[in-house]
Amino acid sequence: MDIFDFSDGREGYYGEYGGVFLPEILHATIEELIECFRECKADPKFWQDYVSLLQNYSGRPTPVTYLENLSRELGGAQIYVKRDDLNHTGSHKVNNVMGQGLLTQRLGKTRVIAETGAGQHGFATATMAAKFGFECKIYMGAVDVARQRPNVFWMENLGAEVIAVEDGQKTLKDAVNECMRDWVTNMADTHYILGTACGPHPFPEMVSWFQSIIGLEAREQIVAQTGRLPNRVYACVGGGSNAMGLFQGFFDEPNVELIGCEAGGEGVGSYMHSARLAYDDASVGVAQGYKTYFLQNDEGNMSETHSVAAGLDYIGVNPIFAHLHDQGKVRFEAATDAEVKETLKLTMRTEGLIPALESTHGFVVALKEAATMAKDEIVLVNMSGRGDKDIFTIADALDDAKWKSFIGGKADQYRAEKK
Amino acid sequence: MGLEAFIAERKQDKDLLVMAHVVCGYPSFEENMQELEIMAEAGVDLVELQFPFSEPSADGPLFVRANEQSLKAGTTVDQCFDFMKLVSERFPFKVLMMGYYNTVFKMGEDVFVQRLKDAGGVGYILPDLPVEESANLHQLSADVGVEPIILMTPTSSDKRLAQLGAASRGMVYVVARKGVTGSKTNMGDDVVALIDRCRQHTDVPMGVGFGITSKADMDFLRGTADLAIVGTAALKTWEESGADGLRRFFAELLA
Repeated sequence: MDIFDFSDGREGYYGEYGGVFLPEILHATIEELIECFRECKADPKFWQDYVSLLQNYSGRPTPVTYLENLSRELGGAQIYVKRDDLNHTGSHKVNNVMGQGLLTQRLGKTRVIAETGAGQHGFATATMAAKFGFECKIYMGAVDVARQRPNVFWMENLGAEVIAVEDGQKTLKDAVNECMRDWVTNMADTHYILGTACGPHPFPEMVSWFQSIIGLEAREQIVAQTGRLPNRVYACVGGGSNAMGLFQGFFDEPNVELIGCEAGGEGVGSYMHSARLAYDDASVGVAQGYKTYFLQNDEGNMSETHSVAAGLDYIGVNPIFAHLHDQGKVRFEAATDAEVKETLKLTMRTEGLIPALESTHGFVVALKEAATMAKDEIVLVNMSGRGDKDIFTIADALDDAKWKSFIGGKADQYRAEKK
Repeated sequence: MGLEAFIAERKQDKDLLVMAHVVCGYPSFEENMQELEIMAEAGVDLVELQFPFSEPSADGPLFVRANEQSLKAGTTVDQCFDFMKLVSERFPFKVLMMGYYNTVFKMGEDVFVQRLKDAGGVGYILPDLPVEESANLHQLSADVGVEPIILMTPTSSDKRLAQLGAASRGMVYVVARKGVTGSKTNMGDDVVALIDRCRQHTDVPMGVGFGITSKADMDFLRGTADLAIVGTAALKTWEESGADGLRRFFAELLA
């Protein structure tokens, strides 16, 4: 199936979801972007340049790793992991960012802006901007700036300006709004590097296209290693870009089940989560430039969301998934904060892997289900990011006493130096 | 009376009309009412009542906070419509709904146009609803007799302006510059050229907004635009110097 073939319907729509809902002032900018993207997509050389950039700069192709210990311990399906954590900057975000960097060059623009939640997309964008020589401004909710200082530190040292957004909930969605405000002012020289497969067309398609490299590689690798396709494929879903990336390798396979794993936060009925499709709390709406399922109230004002993983803590989900969910082509499950913490410990101790809290959501569901599957079945999980660079967040999540005392000591030292 | 006829009637006595703006429920509905009394006394012709939304991405910092505070105080769509009804019955100016499309989408487009009509509103401004997505809503609006206000901008191509012009009813909102609401615009030749360009594509009256703060801006627009749209500057004045300040602000603006 080609979900990006719009010849039978409205361009940028996936079923009833997607579209472009932006202020009129951006109409010309979006048209320009769509046109440029169409050219890039039709140009084989663009894709070659993109792949070779990622090979030389980010270490692609990332491997697929067999989790022998965990498979044995659970006694069910054989578990394989796609290692996008091994990318430069530590997550799959760099794929999209490098692609959009090449596209920004083609647009002839010299300045980039980006929103970031956990900071991984901001970090990747700041890295790309440094490499390409773009001026770079990153918008980040003030709450996220406070909880992700290490990422802010790197962004600033890479030459980006980081703006702490003080509006709304001061998290990812508010950073998106602030990017829109910058873009309506500075579109002449500025490209907005949207970080996930959400937002107005062409972003869902464009980000999915760049991330499809994950699925292209993974399919080849798993077949080479096991001689067959996996039975089930898992990935965490915030906006949904890493999952779209991996799933695109298997969309045409009727016998491969695709499972998107959302942030269940404090669980069903808690209203403290970010599960748009796995739980029943979200409804269709229009915000941030597109139509999809949002966590919102009856009057269309957005609800507070929560997740231990800042990168999944978002009100909306990519419109392609909203459509595939309706059609039953992708199943959605949620992992709670508590499950994520337990699974992270298990994965570290059993396999020596430290997935990001975001990616661990995929592991929770995959491991739970693998345990109930037959030994000759195969599951593939996307490890979209690595957790070691999020040491502050993970140490907090694991409530590590020794870490706390270390930080306390550091704080005392800085205070003494100040005096 | 429809919006276009109302504007034509008012324009018999003055050459530049004024459209003002309040965010419903901010600072409070009581204070909204005081602001509107002052606006009515000053002779304001049209008022946008903004229905607060949690993601007001086309608004500048002052209105963003106003939206947020209003929602925090518990403002609902019902209250906004009730208030609109009260206001439209009480004052001689005409009232428009301003807000974001999700508010309309969630209640249903048909319900929205009917409720707007029942509350005495003559039209609406939805800055995040492009004309491509408006066909159904525009039809429903024509059926009940409320006007969708189309925005034309400095980045709109002639081809685009033709498309927008074809959809325009009642009046057009000309966005004087790039950016969000609330920062200063240098009124100059490019604004005049933009209005001229817009007029080539529609015959409805032209309101010009974004960054109008002073009598000098009004003088500049006189003879060029049909309406001056004043938003942030009035709220800023209200916050800084209350009722007396706002009275002075409109007195000076309309002098």
